Amino acid sequence: MSDLNRLTIAEARTGLRKGDFTARELTESCLTEIAGAGVLNAFVHDTPEIALEQADAADRRLGAEGAEAPAMCGIPLGIKDLFCTKGVPSQAASFILDGFRPEYESTVTQNLWDAGAVMLGKVNMDEFAMGSSNETSHYGPTVNPWRRRGDDAPLTPGGSSGGSAAAVAGDLCLGATGTDTGGSIRQPAAFTGIVGLKPTYGRCSRWGIVAFASSLDQAGPMTKTVRDAAIMLGAMAGHDPKDSTSMDIPVPDFEAALQGGIRGMRIGIPREYRMEGMPGEIARLWDEGADMLRAAGAEIVEISLPHTKYALPAYYVIAPAEASSNLARYDGVRYGHRAKLSGGEGITEMYEKTRAEGFGAEVQRRVMIGTYVLSAGFYDAYYRRAQRVRSLIRRDFDTVFADGVDAILTPATPSAAFALGEMADADPVRMYLNDVFTVTVNLAGLPGISVPAGLDAQGLPLGLQLIGRPWEEGALLKTAQVIEDAAGFVPKPEKWW
Amino acid sequence: MSIDKETARRVAHLARIRVEEERLGALADEFNAILAFVEQLNEVDVEGIEPMTAVHPMRLKRRQDEVTDGGYPEKILANAPDAREGFFAVPKVVE
Repeated sequence: MSDLNRLTIAEARTGLRKGDFTARELTESCLTEIAGAGVLNAFVHDTPEIALEQADAADRRLGAEGAEAPAMCGIPLGIKDLFCTKGVPSQAASFILDGFRPEYESTVTQNLWDAGAVMLGKVNMDEFAMGSSNETSHYGPTVNPWRRRGDDAPLTPGGSSGGSAAAVAGDLCLGATGTDTGGSIRQPAAFTGIVGLKPTYGRCSRWGIVAFASSLDQAGPMTKTVRDAAIMLGAMAGHDPKDSTSMDIPVPDFEAALQGGIRGMRIGIPREYRMEGMPGEIARLWDEGADMLRAAGAEIVEISLPHTKYALPAYYVIAPAEASSNLARYDGVRYGHRAKLSGGEGITEMYEKTRAEGFGAEVQRRVMIGTYVLSAGFYDAYYRRAQRVRSLIRRDFDTVFADGVDAILTPATPSAAFALGEMADADPVRMYLNDVFTVTVNLAGLPGISVPAGLDAQGLPLGLQLIGRPWEEGALLKTAQVIEDAAGFVPKPEKWW
Repeated sequence: MSIDKETARRVAHLARIRVEEERLGALADEFNAILAFVEQLNEVDVEGIEPMTAVHPMRLKRRQDEVTDGGYPEKILANAPDAREGFFAVPKVVE
């Protein structure tokens, strides 16, 4: 069989169990695609030996357990470079972790391997997950498999999980892990026409994932379909004693939750998200999404989330503050890069030179902003105030959920994918605006999903976002499934690489 | 609040990141652009609002106070840029 790499996880699961092909054949098909897709720069550390070894183990397990084998058994994945994977380079796309090979495995990836999944390699991202375009990566940017109609200009796949998004959209793998601190799963998913789910904070363990902003970071699946996201989340999620913020509650059967329809559900449309200058295509797509849900029997209600406007400013205090603390560990002592010292230079020079050489410009900027807002005399004015505004943002959501709203529909991004380099001269704040619709969800700790829903005039994918109640990823996935079915989004990027 | 070159220098040092003298002015400008954006937070009435210090209202899990891991210094040192005789090696820190 050819083109096995193009299968969804659900299709591959069926084929593997029917014996139409083996996990080894499926894995080899992906490895061949990866080898031919160097120009996309999605995979940055290939692990074909591990992949084939895991695939053979999956074949043995499928042979022994048959239909009882876990759903992810034999499914080849891309793993974001932010996840520590034992013995395999894991450097958060940063030079400061050059050469780092963890002696341990992150809980989320271990859960996936325990379920029989296959690691094809590590995928590209923005450095330390700080960026919305993949351009802050030490490896150079990933290129979006999608292009504007009649235009060869390379586009961003978004970020920070841009390598994951491009790898899934380009059919280099069947699914990929991502992480989302302000929109890093949902924005790249929207830019590449795939599904990206940020679970409720605490649904997946953060242990072994390089930390950016610990109160906001959450891992999630990036897949070709909503059903695949449900399957993959089930394998990633679960309580972990090594992460005290991971919730000790049962992991429901998310795939089973796709059944049943959304008749009677109340879907909120937040008026504050209708921003001035919103492109007509985005506004139209949003209206169409509401129509799709209404046609499926949901009740559409206008809601207000009054503190929306303050989410990005609060985020750009809280996230850098946490980052400045988390990234203090990169000092050239225990792992990664250490600067060469000249005669007479001591420990302080070692720290300062190591961090200047090891961190890229955006990471340096955020670490220093974080240092500033936490410094003596400014803590109350910036950090404490931002934390209080964060309480108000969470309260906005709590209020609408208490009023009976089951989920909230918004656009995923303010635009389609832009060209690499297009924002190079823009001030940092303009790039930050990419996360305007997604960042509230991280601040409130809620689940959010981006679903492809249409193409813009230039032929690029656009996504819609659904936001759910805490711990109700099941209802969220079911609602996303309605949009996926109604939108009938099937386009794939034309293969030019 | 506006950041000048001197403050930029101080913040860079606090963050232990070397910034060349000629970069300090541009860095201060970048900080000011971000802080100007963040200033919007001053419009919000936060009177009587507690800061959000936990994402979910839950009591942090406790565990038994016992050793569950460790005993492999060679793994701990495996990625060190400089390790000698079972220790991380750094430039001299005391005279």
